[in-house]
Amino acid sequence: MNTFKWSSSRVLLVGFCGLVGVLLMGPTLIVVPLSFTSEKSFRFPPEGWSTQWYENFFTDPNWYESALLSVRVGLAVAVLATVLGTAAAVALSTGRGAWRGPANGFMLAPMIVPGVITAVGIYYVFLNFGLTQGFWGFVLAHTVLALPFVVVAVSASLNGLDKALVTAAWSLGANRWAAFRQITLPLIAPGILTGALFAFLTSFDEAIVSLFLSGPFARTLPIQIFQSVTADIDPTIAAASTMLLATTGFFMVVLGVITVSRNRR
Amino acid sequence: MSQHGVALEISGLTKRYGDVTALAGVDLSVAPGEFITFLGPSGSGKTTTLNAIAGFIEPDEGTIDLDGRSITGVPPWKRDIGVVFQNYSLFPHMKVSSNVAFPLRQRRVPKREMAKKVDEVLEIVGLSHLADRYPRQLSGGQQQRVALARALVFGPKLLLLDEPLGALDKRLREGLQLEIKRIHREVGVTFVFVTHDQDEALVMSDRIAVFNEGHLEQVATSQELYEHPETLFAAQFLGDSNVIHGTLESRGDRHALRVGDRAFEVMDPRGAAPGSEAAIMIRPEDLVVRPVDRESPVDHDGKTTPAEVTEVIYLGGRRRIVLSALGQEFIADEMSSVHDHKPGDSVVVTWSMGQARLVSTD
Amino acid sequence: MSVSVTATDESPDAQTARGRPSIVRRLSRRPTTLLIWLPLLLLAVCFAYPLLQMFRLSFTDFVGSTSGVFGNYLWFLGTDTQMTILRRTFAVAGWVTLMCLILGFPYAYLMTIVGPRMRLLMVGVVLLPFWSNLVVRTFAWVILLRDSGPVQSLLHAIGIDDLRLLGNTVGVTIGATQVLLPFLILPLYAALSGIDRSLLTAAHSLGARPAVAFVKVYLPLAVPGILAGTSIVFILTLGFYFTPALLGSPRNSLVAQQIVTQVSELLAFGRGSAIAFVVLIITFVVLGLVGLVTRRYRRSFETGLDL
Repeated sequence: MNTFKWSSSRVLLVGFCGLVGVLLMGPTLIVVPLSFTSEKSFRFPPEGWSTQWYENFFTDPNWYESALLSVRVGLAVAVLATVLGTAAAVALSTGRGAWRGPANGFMLAPMIVPGVITAVGIYYVFLNFGLTQGFWGFVLAHTVLALPFVVVAVSASLNGLDKALVTAAWSLGANRWAAFRQITLPLIAPGILTGALFAFLTSFDEAIVSLFLSGPFARTLPIQIFQSVTADIDPTIAAASTMLLATTGFFMVVLGVITVSRNRR
Repeated sequence: MSQHGVALEISGLTKRYGDVTALAGVDLSVAPGEFITFLGPSGSGKTTTLNAIAGFIEPDEGTIDLDGRSITGVPPWKRDIGVVFQNYSLFPHMKVSSNVAFPLRQRRVPKREMAKKVDEVLEIVGLSHLADRYPRQLSGGQQQRVALARALVFGPKLLLLDEPLGALDKRLREGLQLEIKRIHREVGVTFVFVTHDQDEALVMSDRIAVFNEGHLEQVATSQELYEHPETLFAAQFLGDSNVIHGTLESRGDRHALRVGDRAFEVMDPRGAAPGSEAAIMIRPEDLVVRPVDRESPVDHDGKTTPAEVTEVIYLGGRRRIVLSALGQEFIADEMSSVHDHKPGDSVVVTWSMGQARLVSTD
Repeated sequence: MSVSVTATDESPDAQTARGRPSIVRRLSRRPTTLLIWLPLLLLAVCFAYPLLQMFRLSFTDFVGSTSGVFGNYLWFLGTDTQMTILRRTFAVAGWVTLMCLILGFPYAYLMTIVGPRMRLLMVGVVLLPFWSNLVVRTFAWVILLRDSGPVQSLLHAIGIDDLRLLGNTVGVTIGATQVLLPFLILPLYAALSGIDRSLLTAAHSLGARPAVAFVKVYLPLAVPGILAGTSIVFILTLGFYFTPALLGSPRNSLVAQQIVTQVSELLAFGRGSAIAFVVLIITFVVLGLVGLVTRRYRRSFETGLDL
């Protein structure tokens, strides 16, 4: 690695990139100070500080119920998408034959198709199934969107796994299931955990499908925020956003720790 | 062990991958307690045979019997065959003791007995003090010994070793070769050892099975194979050799190989028909190199040829003389230097008739 | 003891194996393959089936005077307001892509030449927006770009007074650029870090001025990465709903808003689906073209190097 040398053009470059960095971070972080404002306005910077908007969040059922729904859906999606995605990744990695390519492509398709299109289709079908405005509707739809991330994460783990270890386990008396449980599963656990976190985050952040599936009886936190923005000016939005940011940030840090510790292994 | 006197019986083993024939009818018997080595270049079928014995691949044709019972179609985990892999394949998330206990856990061996067996086998491979380490904390040689212990602890009917020393450096290899020999003697299990290293095969084996292009060239003891190779491939793959190609001529009891206007005598045509293409093989240490001038003229007696020295290489205990004769290259190894040869010297190369072996060339 | 148990276990197996492998055995050879069916079933029911239904609806579900198999498509492609929306969407997507490239390329380039610590920090800054929800970040832009917001105060301070930033495509472009910038920087950085920088040094040593060497040697090698990053941004902008919904106005709506309006407000599933499929086709065309161009480009490069 050659060391960084300063020159006038490099100073210009670094300055420009500093501004880009501010552009990237600023709008992400601005909700944090706004959530502690003392007035019912989005004046920036705030004139005084309070935690009243957090209080409001936890006392207004519109807010805390949508947050609770988001967490419950996210956890269910994490479980469902992780189990199904891991199963798919294992089948794709151990299977042979021409079906693997198309199957893999199909598994990843929900990542490529624009969300608004998937949303319309799911909305129409779920209307017929009576799955809108309900817990399971959100869970199924979000699982579809989260599945590709789990498949990718677990597949990466499986590709890094030495297949000879499984063969060795067979020769030592472990049948397919015993070898999978005792050898494969513990060794791909970091990938599965990564996939689970991605699945949770995908569900927790998902908005466009949720927009169609939400209604007066059930809406997720991002939809509650969206509808508050269009309806009334209330810094509770900032408080909710800050908590959303903190939750996602927490899981991102966990993800980072997993990645780092895996690389160190 | 077995009432048949045969531990492993392979017959007609064939495996094809598309148009490629990996194994073309391999037949082999291995005696109980024997140490047999599969020797051959990569792609010769030795590892395919091993994988078929272990049950990792299914042969297209042929049968494999272990202790008189067919194991064709039996999954690997029910075969009771220990396998030591090239890259050890120790389970990275388990300590040495858990790795070694793994096959016992699969067999639901009681805890107390399991601990005893693990201790015993770690004792045999000399790693008792490392039982609580993880594989990544061990050296390559130590990992290899753990792999050996793990494959032996459940009392396998057969132990397969797939190029187990391939990843180690030369000095460590030589130490472990003797170590594996010792363990073989100690446990008395039948060992099948796969390698592409001829020296390793010579050092370790009771018998060597030479593989080439999916079939067996020859199965014999090290000495037999070195001194009486049956095929050109076996002769050339095991040890260094000088090979002269020609046509077989027979007059009564006397046989000779004709090469242009020269005829080299051979003792035993080994059933080869007169007029067929054949070759004689002479080991480098069986060639005697003399200066051409003073004492003797070049006699054309069927076991002598004039040659020119092209290079002299010092190899520690011996000298290797590279020669040019009959339009090809010869090598001769001398233990002591009676004559001082230099590149460009004209010399005479002689051998005794018993040391020129006829080998088939197909 | 354990040995005798396995010995009795294996005899029936060994006997069936003497004949041809049975169907049961062939199926059980790779039982893990069967695991694929459950996730495939979910995707089939909750992803493929909905898309197929939309495809059907786009040809069968009509509102108003529209009719005929291709009625919904003809309506979309033949209505001036709809075409204006589609053109506006393309224009916004083009601007967003261009802005992302202008802002993202120097950033990605700098990432390839700084030390590992600095690079980690820069990656962190790029990934930070992913911590935040799309709706939340768009909401932040509502606050920033408001008439009484900080950006307007800044503009006022330097003498610009009558530039409206909210409720038109300017705001949408700004918001979408910020949201999508990471999607350009990350793949571009991956591509740029694969370029052998010693080629630049070589060009310098052959007498090329740094700027010339950069344009003639570095940029051509960066084209595949640029194409990858910009095509992602372009496609994602086509599908954007929340950003134009919050930062734009109904009079300046984009195609995704039109889909949502048709479906959830007018219940015109046929029309909404037809628009959706046009967008989907455009998406695949863009992806296909970029793939084709990249492959052509790489090939011409390889043969070019042979000369």
